Amino acid sequence: MLVYIIRRLGQGALVVSVMASVVFLAMYAVGNPVDVLAPPDASDAEKLLIARELGLDKPLWDQFFVFIGNALHGDLGKSFVYNEPTLQLILQRLPATLELAVTALTLAIAIGIPLGLYAGLKSESWFSRIVMSGSILGFSLPNFWIGMMLILLFSVQLKWLPAGGRGETVNILGVPLSFLTWDGLRHLLLPALTMSIYKAALIVRLVRAATRETVMQEYVRFARAKGLSRQRIVLVHILKNIMLPVVTVIGLEFGAILAFAVVTESVFAYPGMGKLLIDSINHLDRPVVVAYLMFTAFLFVIINFVVDLIYAVIDPRVSLVEAKG
Amino acid sequence: MSAVLEVSDLAVTFGTRDGLLKAVDGVSFSVSRGEVLGLVGESGSGKSITGLAIMGLIDAPGRIARGSVKFEGQELIGKNENTLRSLRGRRMAMIFQDPMSTLNPVLRIDTQMIETIRAHEKVSEKAARARARDALAKVGIPSPDERLLAYPHQFSGGMRQRVAIAIALLHGPSLIIADEPTTALDVTIQAQILSEVQTLAAETGTALVWITHDLSVVASLADRVAVMYAGRLVEEGQVADVLTQPLHPYTKGLIESVPSRNRRGSPLAQIPGMTPSLACLPEGCAFRPRCSRATEICLEAPGLTQHVGGRRVRCFHPSSNLGGGA
Ligand SMILES: Nc1ncnc2c1ncn2[C@@H]1O[C@H](COP(=O)(O)OP(=O)(O)O)[C@@H](O)[C@H]1O
Ligand code: SF4
Ligand SMILES: [Mg+2]
Repeated sequence: MLVYIIRRLGQGALVVSVMASVVFLAMYAVGNPVDVLAPPDASDAEKLLIARELGLDKPLWDQFFVFIGNALHGDLGKSFVYNEPTLQLILQRLPATLELAVTALTLAIAIGIPLGLYAGLKSESWFSRIVMSGSILGFSLPNFWIGMMLILLFSVQLKWLPAGGRGETVNILGVPLSFLTWDGLRHLLLPALTMSIYKAALIVRLVRAATRETVMQEYVRFARAKGLSRQRIVLVHILKNIMLPVVTVIGLEFGAILAFAVVTESVFAYPGMGKLLIDSINHLDRPVVVAYLMFTAFLFVIINFVVDLIYAVIDPRVSLVEAKG
Repeated sequence: MSAVLEVSDLAVTFGTRDGLLKAVDGVSFSVSRGEVLGLVGESGSGKSITGLAIMGLIDAPGRIARGSVKFEGQELIGKNENTLRSLRGRRMAMIFQDPMSTLNPVLRIDTQMIETIRAHEKVSEKAARARARDALAKVGIPSPDERLLAYPHQFSGGMRQRVAIAIALLHGPSLIIADEPTTALDVTIQAQILSEVQTLAAETGTALVWITHDLSVVASLADRVAVMYAGRLVEEGQVADVLTQPLHPYTKGLIESVPSRNRRGSPLAQIPGMTPSLACLPEGCAFRPRCSRATEICLEAPGLTQHVGGRRVRCFHPSSNLGGGA
């Protein structure tokens, strides 16, 4: 177990450091932040002053080694724009995005598993056909388009839900959460729905395929020969086997939602990490972009680790002690 | 002896792209209390489908086209799912061929045993556990208390089949249908399990339908044997009679193709030709293309005829060393 954890951490550290270096260099190549930060009428002398303040007057390699040196001490630098530590900026935005991701994923699971199970068990029925056609639609419609359509329908036409922003929050243990207030929930619903549609379509198809495969297994026939009720066969024998692939995919998708909430957060002007990333790229705010991507890679590593743990709990054949890679 | 199971004129069809396949076509037999019936035939002859039809476990595109299955005096064909469910696992049980896949890989053995008990009886979890434990002990599983907490992958193939047998025995059914349960196991384990099942069935008077393609298993286990070919019953009788004096050319071919010690060295006589596909059965007797006795009359379908010793055969030219005809 310990060996497994150490190996996992090692792999994770490698991924994070390679990525940080690449992004650092790429951001350097994109443009000079001073041009964006300085007022349009600034003189060259003023620009030089700003560059010196931010350490941007030094050659690339010097900047890079300063960055690495600081990063090794846990200091990911300060934002050029906000002049605040980048990690702090990101962590301030984390709860909003986390909340959005969890809500979206919960919706996707609540929609995807029952529909997929039904479509797998009764694949010939007309309702299953509708579900499957719907899932193709859910796959192919772009996220921003779904978001805008939802806004048009529910905010502009029906005026039921707000079109953007984050609602009222309450502090729980110092973390501002919005899903506990009515206003917050109303703000959360549309962006979460937007993000969940693709995931729900994915889960429907995955669960359906797994169900169709599982019902043909000999142990399902044996379960029927034992005289078990249909309910028990579906909810225990079939569902538990299906959860194996589903958990893996849900884990990966959770990471993906966190990392790529960018589009949805922009459409809904939702103040999460994704919005921060877009703004920072526009301002060439290199420290924030680099720190953001490092942080996201770190989240991926953690999520994969948790998925492995859950997998080991639900599949008795998997043992982390002898896990290979 | 009263019949526990009476199957008559059972037919199961599958609607496929090639048309309607008659996987089982007019099969009749009966099994009495404590009796062991061996159901033999090459792969694809309809043995498993017959067993599943008796249990009411035929799924689409399969369908019971006609016939009757009387179990403990009660007609099962046309009974609703709930009635059948309450019989399955309680009065009639079935075990399957591949022990590696009959147990659910993600559920513990205790879960899979206790659910079987509680599907049919209102008993406490504790009482059910005790019964599950005893059942494991009865089929020869060492330290059953510990083994209850294990998962299927922690058992060998032979042990898993014992667990399946223990599950089948939980409610003391009057009929067990065993579909080639020892085929996937090695010979020693197979012999052990056969003799244990024989003892257990004899103790409780459970009737057994033992499906196999292996005549040596039939010889050591069964009282009577029924031979199937292309979905039809072609011969039936007491094991000793049928194995020593087969009436049907197909049965004779099967017996001659069994490797045996006293014939070691001499080449095995294989039945010429191949098992026919159900989609294109020959007209008349289905065995005709492979039969050395075939004549003109075999272009018509032979019926099942009675012979001395309660034997039945479906052939126009049964072996004549035994005064046939009825
Ligand atoms: N799901 C199915 N769809 C179509 N045909 C089937 C299906 N299951 C079984 N059959 C047909 O039934 C025949 C008998 O099958 P089975 O009873 O399994 O044979 P065996 O004697 O080997 O147990 C097969 O040859 C096959 O043609
Ligand atoms: S009926 Fe004719 S073809 Fe069929 S087994 Fe008998 S002799 Fe052979
Ligand atoms: Mg079979």
